[in-house]
Amino acid sequence: MTPTESRAMGARVIPSVVRPTYRAQHVLERNWIASGAFWKVMIAGFFEPVFYLLAIGVGLGAMIGDITLADGTSVPYAAFVAPGMLAASAMNAAVMESTFNVFFKFKYGRVYQAMLATPIGAGDIAVGEIGWSLFRGFVYSATFLAVMGVMGLTESWWAIGALLGTTLIGLAFGAVGMAAVTFMRSWQDFDLITFVTLPLFLFSATFYPIEVYPPWLQTVATFSPLYHGAELVRGFALGRFDPSMLTNALVLASMATVGAIIAVRRLGRLLLS
Amino acid sequence: MGEPLVEARNLTKRFGTFTAVDSVDFTIERGEVFGFLGPNGAGKSSTMRMIGATSPITEGQLKVFGLDPNADGREIRARLGVVPQEDMLDEELTVTDNLTIYGRYFSLPRSVIKPRVDELLEFAQLTEKRDAKVEALSGGMKRRLTIARALISNPELVILDEPTTGLDPQARHVLWDRLYRLKQRGATLIITTHYMDEAEQLCDRLVVMDGGRIAAEGSPAELIDRHATPEVLEVRLDVDDHAGREADFAGIGSRTEVLADRILLYVEHADEALQEVRAKGIIPAATVKRRAGLEDVFLHLTGRTLVD
Ligand SMILES: Nc1ncnc2c1ncn2[C@@H]1O[C@H](COP(=O)(O)OP(=O)(O)OP(=O)(O)O)[C@@H](O)[C@H]1O
Ligand SMILES: [Mg+2]
Repeated sequence: MTPTESRAMGARVIPSVVRPTYRAQHVLERNWIASGAFWKVMIAGFFEPVFYLLAIGVGLGAMIGDITLADGTSVPYAAFVAPGMLAASAMNAAVMESTFNVFFKFKYGRVYQAMLATPIGAGDIAVGEIGWSLFRGFVYSATFLAVMGVMGLTESWWAIGALLGTTLIGLAFGAVGMAAVTFMRSWQDFDLITFVTLPLFLFSATFYPIEVYPPWLQTVATFSPLYHGAELVRGFALGRFDPSMLTNALVLASMATVGAIIAVRRLGRLLLS
Repeated sequence: MGEPLVEARNLTKRFGTFTAVDSVDFTIERGEVFGFLGPNGAGKSSTMRMIGATSPITEGQLKVFGLDPNADGREIRARLGVVPQEDMLDEELTVTDNLTIYGRYFSLPRSVIKPRVDELLEFAQLTEKRDAKVEALSGGMKRRLTIARALISNPELVILDEPTTGLDPQARHVLWDRLYRLKQRGATLIITTHYMDEAEQLCDRLVVMDGGRIAAEGSPAELIDRHATPEVLEVRLDVDDHAGREADFAGIGSRTEVLADRILLYVEHADEALQEVRAKGIIPAATVKRRAGLEDVFLHLTGRTLVD
């Protein structure tokens, strides 16, 4: 098949407006300009997890003491729970950005409709918005990690690798959140999002090791993407590596891929009537 | 004359089972101002959005710059400026940022955008509001900003869907002047409007749409010539309802139209017609003598007034 033929085929399968190109950066640029009050949001996004960290990590940690990990070694509770909170905050940031903010721009701002009258396509919008949520999430996580370092909750410089984990979490939840938002009709539907993210937050080995569950519940927990995220982030933060971290990363990457494909397709169909 | 800029054959748009645009044909040449007229729901905006490559074509053929919007929408949109019926401005941004980021959507470098922004602010008479947030603008200012925004990329073809709706008379006349200058510079314009004077002033050629179909096509003068008489005598009687009263005017002029509040007589000379009316012993409550316009063309073609 010649390039022209394959391009023509592609055109028939996916209308050109939907195919992402190299223009997603303009969507990022737009968000950057619009985020005049960006740093205020940042600060809010930063303090919330720090408060949790102080209350649960330091407060509860004083009562709980050390915690024994699967490999038999033990760490202070605060050092155990901090990566869990970091992972959860990465999830929350990505979900917020890709659902609430995108829904607002979509329904009320008509920002996307205006973009689509230009060479920007629905694919660029999806990629740009996911990229933006990734960027914000990265800034949150990096700050969070720095605080952990200052509080002595990281074991080595390997902890920086935890940002790889938070980025994958952001990608997975950003893409799926974006896909989900294309199904939302009103603000009421957003209750569903909390309905999904809250149990993920509570039961994904964020506050305690998954080994406290009976085996069947452990199996259930492995279906939680945040569990994989938390494991990945914790592995780096505590400098304890395990081959299972590859699986964790793979799960998140697959989730991101599926989410992105659905988001791009649905967004294109919704915006172009 | 080269290849037409826009060419539609049996162009059809359906939303579910509802047909909004029903197999229309038209051709728009480079450099002309082409109008779409029609009452609410005629299918004007739907047609415009298909030309603008933001609404997939259901059936038929459409070529814009010789390209197929379904396959090469991005290439088409890169050469277009679009003023949608609803403003769709970025309410979170300032006036200047709205223009700038729109230029960036076309991947123009900032060095190119900057002088154009100043020029367009001047054009839209918004220089004083340049740092205001869009939500703080009046309706007419938003409209002007939307028009300015569509011109940031120096488009070859500008699509304007009711550009002057919401503008005060002075701003409308300023816009007509600007659009005329745009045309002088070689741009092609496609316009929809509900204002007959606007269409007569601006359009080289236009189509009248009704119920998704094209009812007539031609220059304003041709259409008036073909579908109306040179003059019109409007007669208001001292009655509640004018329906059924047209019989009283039998033999005067070539055609009559009855509206709720008046009767229109299509005649060669309004003065003579008025004398004939008086000769019949009819005493009108009020009369208006005027030249025929596109409003009359539309009334004749569809049996309805343009503005519902
Ligand atoms: N997205 C849509 N989904 C369903 N129906 C639509 C959609 N857009 C337009 N229509 C219908 O198509 C018909 C033509 O609409 P269109 O907006 O093209 O009319 P118009 O000529 O621009 O009217 P107006 O003068 O009011 O702007 C209308 O009956 C409208 O209800
Ligand atoms: Mg319309």
